[in-house]
Amino acid sequence: MSAISNEQVLKRLNEFFEADILSNEEPFGLLTLEITPSKSYEIIEWLKNDTVLQCDFLTNIAAIHYPKDTNREMVVVYQLHSWRNNFRLRLKAFLPISNPSIATIVPIYNGANWMERESYDFFGVNFTGHPDLRRILNEDSMDYFPMRKEFHLEDETREDKDDRFFGRF
Amino acid sequence: MEAKEKYKENQLTDLSKDTIDGEIATINFGPTHPSTHGIFQNVLQVDGEKIVSAEQTVGYIHRAFEKLAERRPYNQITPITDRLNYCSSPINNIGWEMTVEKLIGAEIPKRVQYMRVIIMELARIADHLICDSVVGVDAGALTSFFYPFTEREKIYELYEEICGARLTTNIGRIGGFERDFNETFHTKLKSFLKTFPPAFEEFNSMLERNRIFMDRTKGAGPISAERALNYSFTGPNLRAAGVDYDVRVAQPYSSYEDFDFIIPVGVNGDTYDRFMVRQEEIRQSMRIIQQAYSNLPEGSYKADLPEFFLPPKAEVYNQMEALIYHFKIVMGETHIPAGEVYHAVEGGNGELGYYLISDGGRNPYRLQFRRPCFIYYQAYPEMIKGMTISDAVLTLSSMNVIAGELDA
Repeated sequence: MSAISNEQVLKRLNEFFEADILSNEEPFGLLTLEITPSKSYEIIEWLKNDTVLQCDFLTNIAAIHYPKDTNREMVVVYQLHSWRNNFRLRLKAFLPISNPSIATIVPIYNGANWMERESYDFFGVNFTGHPDLRRILNEDSMDYFPMRKEFHLEDETREDKDDRFFGRF
Repeated sequence: MEAKEKYKENQLTDLSKDTIDGEIATINFGPTHPSTHGIFQNVLQVDGEKIVSAEQTVGYIHRAFEKLAERRPYNQITPITDRLNYCSSPINNIGWEMTVEKLIGAEIPKRVQYMRVIIMELARIADHLICDSVVGVDAGALTSFFYPFTEREKIYELYEEICGARLTTNIGRIGGFERDFNETFHTKLKSFLKTFPPAFEEFNSMLERNRIFMDRTKGAGPISAERALNYSFTGPNLRAAGVDYDVRVAQPYSSYEDFDFIIPVGVNGDTYDRFMVRQEEIRQSMRIIQQAYSNLPEGSYKADLPEFFLPPKAEVYNQMEALIYHFKIVMGETHIPAGEVYHAVEGGNGELGYYLISDGGRNPYRLQFRRPCFIYYQAYPEMIKGMTISDAVLTLSSMNVIAGELDA
């Protein structure tokens, strides 16, 4: 369906950022690349301006927490979309939980402003250089990042519910 | 910081000091202002009637859906999606069901796909009708608010025939529907197809060429295509700015490629263009429904996915297999394979995306909603800068910012 195949996208990217594309996969046909976190800004800016790929629409930014992966607990996922070539691209940057910092992409896409604030609010990802990195949906006085996996949905001190037998935490 | 400077450069230039002739006053527009149609707060800096700057506060009805979803079985997440854009819940429901189907690789019968198209387009009509009639209210035309509500009521009656609910529908199941369209539905849909177009044109004629309405809405809250793209706009608001992106055409799902329809676009991206784009989309939705209904294929109303459909009671009492599935569904123990999937549908407000990561368990490891409202509402201060407060009200309602989708 796409005018440009995933192989061509990967080939083109490898010409410029071979050292920074650490791995690639294609779950359900969507090219997913792991990139060096320190190069995220550069890669996204290049993708926007590249005349061949024209990957110039930011679909969304999501953060994911994998507490078991040492030193790469936090993932920032950028989903980009090229409308002219009709392909989607997913970039993942793995960050350590001790210092989950990554460059902001607000100067490239204004729309990233709230998306980054949301990831900060719920996961504590620190987007360096963000013009206004505050909590967005939660209360300002909150002192933890509620979407991290150590915060369970239900109160753990409850004794009236025992879900052990159903493999639930 | 270099990035900060770049960001400022990218913003439209602030109104310079010398254009401000009076004193600056601060006005709280919301959170419970009647014309915000939901709980939004905007702190406006105004110079007389002119807005100098605005700052939104969001999160008043944040309900932690993404966290809730991490503990719920897949079929229990459908009711959560109802509460995103509650003006078009069926689109949210069906979009979520299609996400799970994509992950488990289910094959969906053609009849189900067409049934879904009919329901999703009815939902789009209901969504756009509310938005457009509310634009009329905010411009001072109350009559045009009541007329289309008769028609919206008919759409809600159609939902009732399918799922029993009206607003928060929880329509369908993963893999199809819980039952086929019934006789009453067919009768009501046929009558709707006949009576809706003239009723809609009557509503349209009240506003489309209305001099007062045009004076109020033309040039109110405009945004250029370039700025809209930079803000990741999608849906009617982007199309009003002149970009013809529609998920239904760009990446068709649920057999949208079978239907013949056009994507209306505007020119100026102002309130009037947003209104006109939505009006034309309603006509196109009617075309799609007519095509889907007249070509409705024969076949089953659900896919062969026993893990997601409660078996008939008689079988539960007599057959081992049915009893097992019944137990698994009721206890929420339907596991799906590990994987990572993004699925987008064209919601009432734009690209509604579901980013689902499963680790193979009974509930998602992470589920993120790409909520179009949340993303485009960022541009609001830029759009109303230099406008009057009454323009700000019109801009807000014509952008169709739905509190449920904004705050998730």
